[in-house]
Order: sequence, then C-alpha cells, then structure tokens
Amino acid sequence: MLWNALLLALRAIRRNVLRSFLTVLGIVIGVGSVIIMVNLGNAATASVTAQIASLGSNMLIVRPGQRRGPGSNEEGAALTLADAEAIRREVPGLAAVAPTANKSMTAVFGNSNWSTTVTGTDNAYRTVRDWALVSGRDFTPGELAGGRAVCIIGDTVRRELIGPGDPIGVRIRLKNIACEVIGLLEPKGQSSMGQDQDDAVLVPLRMFWRRVAGNQDVGAIQLSARDGVATTKVQAQTERLMRERRRIKDGADDDFHVFDMRQITNTLTNTTRSLTGLLGAVAAVSLLVGGIGIMNIMLVSVTERTREIGIRLAIGALGHEVLLQFLVEAVVLAALGGVAGIALALGVSWLASDLMGMPFLVDWGIVLIAFLFSAAVGVVFGYFPARRAARLEPIEALRHE
Amino acid sequence: MSAEPVIALSNIRKEYGRGEAQVNALDGIDLSVAPGEFVMLMGPSGSGKSTCMNLLGCLDTPSSGSYRFRGVEVGSLDREQQALLRRHYIGFVFQGFNLLSRTSALENVELPLLYRGTPKAERRARSLAALEQVGLAERADHTPAELSGGQQQRVAIARAMVTEPSLLLADEPTGNLDSARSEEIMQLLTRLNAEQGLTIVMVTHEPDIARYAHRLVHFRDGRIEEAA
Ligand SMILES: Nc1ncnc2c1ncn2[C@@H]1O[C@H](COP(=O)(O)OP(=O)(O)OP(=O)(O)O)[C@@H](O)[C@H]1O
Ligand SMILES: [Mg+2]
Repeated sequence: MLWNALLLALRAIRRNVLRSFLTVLGIVIGVGSVIIMVNLGNAATASVTAQIASLGSNMLIVRPGQRRGPGSNEEGAALTLADAEAIRREVPGLAAVAPTANKSMTAVFGNSNWSTTVTGTDNAYRTVRDWALVSGRDFTPGELAGGRAVCIIGDTVRRELIGPGDPIGVRIRLKNIACEVIGLLEPKGQSSMGQDQDDAVLVPLRMFWRRVAGNQDVGAIQLSARDGVATTKVQAQTERLMRERRRIKDGADDDFHVFDMRQITNTLTNTTRSLTGLLGAVAAVSLLVGGIGIMNIMLVSVTERTREIGIRLAIGALGHEVLLQFLVEAVVLAALGGVAGIALALGVSWLASDLMGMPFLVDWGIVLIAFLFSAAVGVVFGYFPARRAARLEPIEALRHE
Repeated sequence: MSAEPVIALSNIRKEYGRGEAQVNALDGIDLSVAPGEFVMLMGPSGSGKSTCMNLLGCLDTPSSGSYRFRGVEVGSLDREQQALLRRHYIGFVFQGFNLLSRTSALENVELPLLYRGTPKAERRARSLAALEQVGLAERADHTPAELSGGQQQRVAIARAMVTEPSLLLADEPTGNLDSARSEEIMQLLTRLNAEQGLTIVMVTHEPDIARYAHRLVHFRDGRIEEAA
C-alpha cells in the first residue's frame, strides 16, 4: 500500500510539474537562505576571534596620551625604557614586557622597495605577540645593547622585497641604514582591524633610537599577562604604577592609557555576534517568505485537489489511502527541496567563505531547524486541505468549486 | 446469484438547502433492481435522476429512507466500508466524466485497478482491453484535454467497466456521442449485461437508447411515475 501511495504520489508530482517545482523552490529558498546566512555569520565571528587570538592573547598596551574614544590620543609625555622596566619589576603576573617605538619607512633591496613599519623593540616583543620565527634567530644581547643594524622581518616584507627563498643573511636598506636580516617571522595574516600584520620589520630598540628616531622615546609598552591572570587586574596595577611614575595628582586625569586587547576582542565578538543575529533575522524572514510561497501554491490548488480526491474516492479509494498519497507527495517534495536547499547552501557558504578568507563552518542545528520548518510547511499545507477533502462525501468533493 | 435485489430503495428522500430555499431533489423514492436487470432512468432535467444515481453509487447520503445494496443497509456502513463497496461492486460513469486532468487515458482507466491492488502487467492489459472495447486504444496516451467530449466519455465508460463490477451506474453515458458511437456503446453494455449478468442502471434522454432497457423508470419532480 505504501508502494502504491509512492507510485501515485510520484505520478501526481510528474503531472503537476510546475506546482511541484514551485513548492520545491519555496523550500530550497527557505532552507538555503537560512543556512547560508547563519553559516556566514558564524564564519565571520570565528574568523574575527581567530584574528584577535593571532594578535597575542592576554595582551595589554600602554601608550602616552589620554584615550578619547578609539584611535584618538591626546598628547602626553613619551614613555621611557625605565617605565617598561618598572612595569616588569612591579606588576605581578606578567609573562613579558616589550618597549616599542615605530616609524613608517621605505625598505630597499636591489631594485625593489617597499614601504613598511619599522619597530624598535627587544626579544620580549615576540613573546607578547605570541609570534614564532620561521627561520633565523632572535636578537643577541650584544646586538640589543650595541644597537646593531640587524632586523627580523615579516612575511609580507620578505615576499615584496626579497622574493621566495630564505632571506637570512641578506642585507636590506632601511632609508640609508644597511641592515642584515637575521630572522623571518611566521605569517599571521590580517588583524581584526584589517591591517596586514606581516608587513613588519623589527630592529633592536637602541638601533632605532640612535639611527631612526634620534631620541630615546618609547612609543608604547606592550605587555602580556600570564595564563590565568586577569587582564583587568594587570591593567589596574599598571595604571596605578604609571600614575605614580608620572606624578599625576589624585583626581587628575591620566595622561596615558592602558589598553586591554581583551576588551577589543569582546567588543568585536559582540559586534559580529549581533551581525549573526541580524543575518539570522533576515534569514528567518526568507524562511517565512518561502513558507508563505509554499502555502499559497498549496491553497491555490486546493480546489483541483479536492475534486481529484472526490474522483479517487468515487472509484473506490479509501480515505486514508488518498491521504497517504498526499502525505507521501508532500514528504517527497519537502525532502527534495530540503536536500537541494542544504546542498545549495553548503555550496554557497563554502564559496563565500573561500572568497572572503573565512573558515567554512556549518551549524547543523540550523540546517535541521530550517529543514524541519520548510518540510512542516509543505506537509501541513499539502496534507491538511487533503484531509478536509477526504472527509467530505465523495459527491461534495467532486462538486467543490 | 441470490434472488435478493441488487438495489432496494424505500422511501428515499434527498433535500438540499433549508427553510425557504429547500429543494426536495428526491421526494420519497421506492425502487428495486434485480440482479442482471438493465434499467433506464428517464425524465425531465432537474427531476432528480443524477441525485438518485449518486445515492445508488454510495457517493452521497440520503436525507431519509433506506437503501439496501445486495441486502446490506448502506446507511449502517461506515465511510471505509462504503468505499470498499464502490471498489468491489460498482462502476460509475459520471454525467460530467470526472477524469483526472493531465493524466493519460490509460492511467485514468488503470486507477480503479490500482486501488484494488491488481498487479502492474494485468492492470495494463485490462486497461488497454477496456479502451479497445470503447474504441480508444490508439488514444491511450492522450490526456483528457487532448480528447473530444465523446472520447472523454468513452474513457469514463472504460474506467467504470475495467474492474468488471457487478453493478454499472451510468449517468447519460451516451450524451456526448453520435448515434453510431451510441449504438456501439449500447451494444457493448447489452453484451456485458447478457453474457456476464452485469446489472445496469442508466440515465438517458433519448428514446432510441431507452429501447435497450428491460425496464424504464420515469422521474418527475423527485418522484417515480408509473413504470411504462
Ligand atoms: N448540490 C445541490 N444543491 C442544491 N440543489 C441541488 C444540488 N444538486 C441537485 N440539486 C437540485 O436537485 C434537483 C435534481 O437535480 P438532478 O441533478 O438530480 O437532476 P437530473 O434529473 O439529473 O437533471 P439532468 O437531466 O439535467 O441531469 C434539481 O432541482 C437541482 O437543482
Ligand atoms: Mg443529471
């Protein structure tokens, strides 16, 4: 009997190609859009989180000047190496402290030149940023103390300036300073702010002071807290120490700020999360629209279906046989649409995440919900009008207008 | 075959609507049809012939009265039992054909066999044979929209006969046919009636057709007039 119902359902689908196609299309659109939107939202969140993690975990930055909203600093006296040493000594729970100073410069090698950011710092910088070397070595204590002209370069600088192959031992020029490459940093990709983190050249801080800056200022001190140490605590202690060192009176505003990267992380994750929510809401609307589409098609065909049910009943079909046929038809269409929608959505999500450089994530929960919803719409609106018709006297079903 | 009548209607009424608008489509009908009988229902338009046929085919329920089919009180059967009764004993030709649209003639004729669970090969063979009998073998793959009114009517006749029912109910089955085709169909029905003992109740307007019957029943205003 199920076999018969399947045969009849398939015949009905073939007979009503357009109606079946539109039903399937409604389900494909509903299922597909929801899955695509949610997947992309999740992928965006995941890639933002991954990028933030690549900045270095548990990281804080001390900068001179007041913090006035994102990016805007008010002038304040520069930091000093002594500040960095004081922080290292007195703030507990730190993994590393790196004083930094940087400047945008043109690097030259052979015929190629490349504008990049040169950062004067020490070996703690790599620890703070959680940044490994692919080849070469760190600065030696001698190089740091003597301010030798050696540098560790990022992957973008290597690619743009030197090309493929090992750059160790190569001499590049920073402005007019000949500088030997002693290390190559592991590629990190874009930061969450869209900067290319690999576009970097590290030199000893003393070399930077003497030959680039011409002063002994520290632009920023980067810190990383040890695992399990609350960054808020580190932030508070650093702030107290810096106020003391800069002799800021009680009640006066700070003329420096301590930046907790975790806060940025949280802000960004919250932003992407609400983005996902928004996409989800849009998707829910498309799911609803798809559902209404299916509903319309089913309701428009109710008259024809009712008459057809009347005919079947009149020639000896049992009510439940007719219903089984309609149920099978609805299930087959829903399954077809669902599978096609899921396949389409996975394909599109994969392509999109590939193009946008995001991870390909699939939220199977959403896949299931979208599928069940569309299938339910198909089944409910295919099945219930049929059930009503099958309960009529055959002659009433036949006379239905 | 028992001596019991195939059909026994007693004091059947069918009312449509309520109050002022009430129509007594059937106003106390008594009718008995014996096995193997060929009965023609005649009468003016609106006199209740189709209403009566629908009741005989268990497609509709009377407002009151008793209908016994082969001795069984139809009113006491539930819907499924009535459907099974239609499936196994009754072939029905509608005044308006009622074929499935966008479905080939062959599949339309096959449908009742499908519900009977007839195996595929046999189903096909019997359906083709039925179409052959009504002269439509070469139109088996055509859908109703591709057939003339008369051809659709013949598909409907083939569909009613393909199950070899014991009772054939036909509401003006020759209404759309020319006289030559009508003759052919009537000869087919007469042969089935004579050779297989098929009981036939049929509605017609045409006196030419009526002469094939064993008995004529005249309807007027929902009542049966004295048999001719
Ligand atoms: N569903 C209905 N609702 C209301 N009145 C109906 C309905 N069906 C039939 N009638 C009425 O019942 C009466 C009998 O109709 P019926 O169809 O039985 O006539 P008929 O004898 O078959 O006529 P014809 O020869 O034109 O087919 C008519 O007056 C008709 O208007
Ligand atoms: Mg009629």
